[in-house]
Amino acid sequence: MVIKQLSVFLENKTGRLMEVLSALGEEKINIKAITIADTSEFGILRILVSHPAEALSLLKARGFSVSLTDVLAIATPVEAGSFAKALRVLSDRNISIEYMYGFSIGEKAAIILCAEDIGKASAALKENGMELIPAEALNRL
Amino acid sequence: MECLPRGEMAQLQSERLREMIDRVYYNVPFYREKMQQAGIGPDDIQTVEQLKHLPFTTKNDLRDNYPFGLFAVPESEIVRLHASSGTTGKPTVVGYTRRDLVTWSEVVARTLTSAGIGRHDFVQIAYGYGLFTGGLGIHYGVEKIGAVAIPVSGGNTKRQLQLMKDFGSTAIACTPSYALYLAEALEEEKIDRSELRLKVGVFGAEPWTESMRKEIEQKWLIKAIDIFGLSEVIGPGVASECEFQHGLHINEDHFIPEIIDPVTLEVLPEGSTGELVFTTITKEGLPLVRYRTRDLTRLDYSSCNCGRTLVRMAKCTGRSDDMLIIRGVNVFPSQIETILLESGNLKPHYQIIVDRVHNLDVLQVLVEVDEQFLRDRISQLQSLSRKIQHDLESALGLSVDVKLVEPKTIERSEGKARRVIDRRNLQ
Repeated sequence: MVIKQLSVFLENKTGRLMEVLSALGEEKINIKAITIADTSEFGILRILVSHPAEALSLLKARGFSVSLTDVLAIATPVEAGSFAKALRVLSDRNISIEYMYGFSIGEKAAIILCAEDIGKASAALKENGMELIPAEALNRL
Repeated sequence: MECLPRGEMAQLQSERLREMIDRVYYNVPFYREKMQQAGIGPDDIQTVEQLKHLPFTTKNDLRDNYPFGLFAVPESEIVRLHASSGTTGKPTVVGYTRRDLVTWSEVVARTLTSAGIGRHDFVQIAYGYGLFTGGLGIHYGVEKIGAVAIPVSGGNTKRQLQLMKDFGSTAIACTPSYALYLAEALEEEKIDRSELRLKVGVFGAEPWTESMRKEIEQKWLIKAIDIFGLSEVIGPGVASECEFQHGLHINEDHFIPEIIDPVTLEVLPEGSTGELVFTTITKEGLPLVRYRTRDLTRLDYSSCNCGRTLVRMAKCTGRSDDMLIIRGVNVFPSQIETILLESGNLKPHYQIIVDRVHNLDVLQVLVEVDEQFLRDRISQLQSLSRKIQHDLESALGLSVDVKLVEPKTIERSEGKARRVIDRRNLQ
């Protein structure tokens, strides 16, 4: 159930983000979700794309420092408290979350989550009836 | 001794050289083996002219015999150790006997005296104290001439200025770049020059230019005297300028200089520029036979207006290796590479940028974040970069700015990265 996320190292220089995105666009690779974690000197661009393996070799070929990371996508209904419910499953089991980001489409919302132990997190969520979105389903969004 | 006729000096040097070669041949296996390999016995060296037949000693030899392998006396005779950074992380260790310390204070006393410092002076010593030879070396010379030593050590600029004013320091010893940095701070602190009694500075431990000298002399209204030394040979006290500031008089009765071609290793004719080589003829703890300093300079044997007959060396114009001198600290690019390798278990592309900002040397290390380096977590990347910074700082004894950059940002010429960029314009 894990999803391959691309992590790209970017220096804080104008135009770098645009270069990544246009490279993906030229190859008709769709971006499903995107976020940037930044520090005063550099940032890590994290993206979910339609074709992670292709995107990886494409960006590598263009000289970017890029890697694939396993993340989970949890589907939750768009209603108050549903995010908290999902996270409680993890906190009850002492599974720490490295980072997360989210988006919502219509009736459903997706939380993209990277945990310290992704296998444990995935098992715990499933046991508690949480819906994990598989990579193929994410592509259909 | 400083005004000895040249003929008498050569005689004295020959005598001391013979004695010294005897000592190293019988007490240091390294020298004995090297001389045997070269087919030279101790009796073959009778005069200073025959020095050129002896094999050279390099910093690598010191490293290979780390820590005490080249000492020529039993450890019980050693009373002090100093160390400077080596090419690959291991420091170069120097040991002094009690007599070596006497010699050292004598040569530093000459340095100070030729700078016009005497027993009524207050000498503020702003060189670092510790393993570095700068601080303690100057200190003992100051005490020897009966002046007042003020051992402030390096850094803490505000306190330096405060004490300079309150104690009435008449002389200062520090690196030339720090002297300029202090001058700027003086303006910021709004201390008026008339509140200070400073009249002379002895500056060394790093390369500097005539224009820096002018700037220091104008800003401080003092005489800026160039001094030269290296820890392997003894520390400060190897050579220094007199009041005529026209070349640095080498204390030849202790250290015999030669100028060689760094490629052919042949001794060059008088006046040529080449690599400076020293043979220490009085040192007991760590005597050095034809030690290659890697500093490029030339020698002038003509007599000086001050009356000293001691040969004068010109300001060093560069190095025959890639060593950098940053705030008086020796830094080899290979050292930084070793630390990167040990620190992160990585062999990334890196670049060393040395610059002078507000008269202070700054060292920046750019590290390319390639795939082996990349981490998805910001915290991991940051802690990796902090670890590298910490390891570099503790190994070099200098503050280092580590900057993570994207792959291929470090310029490469013919596929080879330019490892060092020195923007200080020291030539």
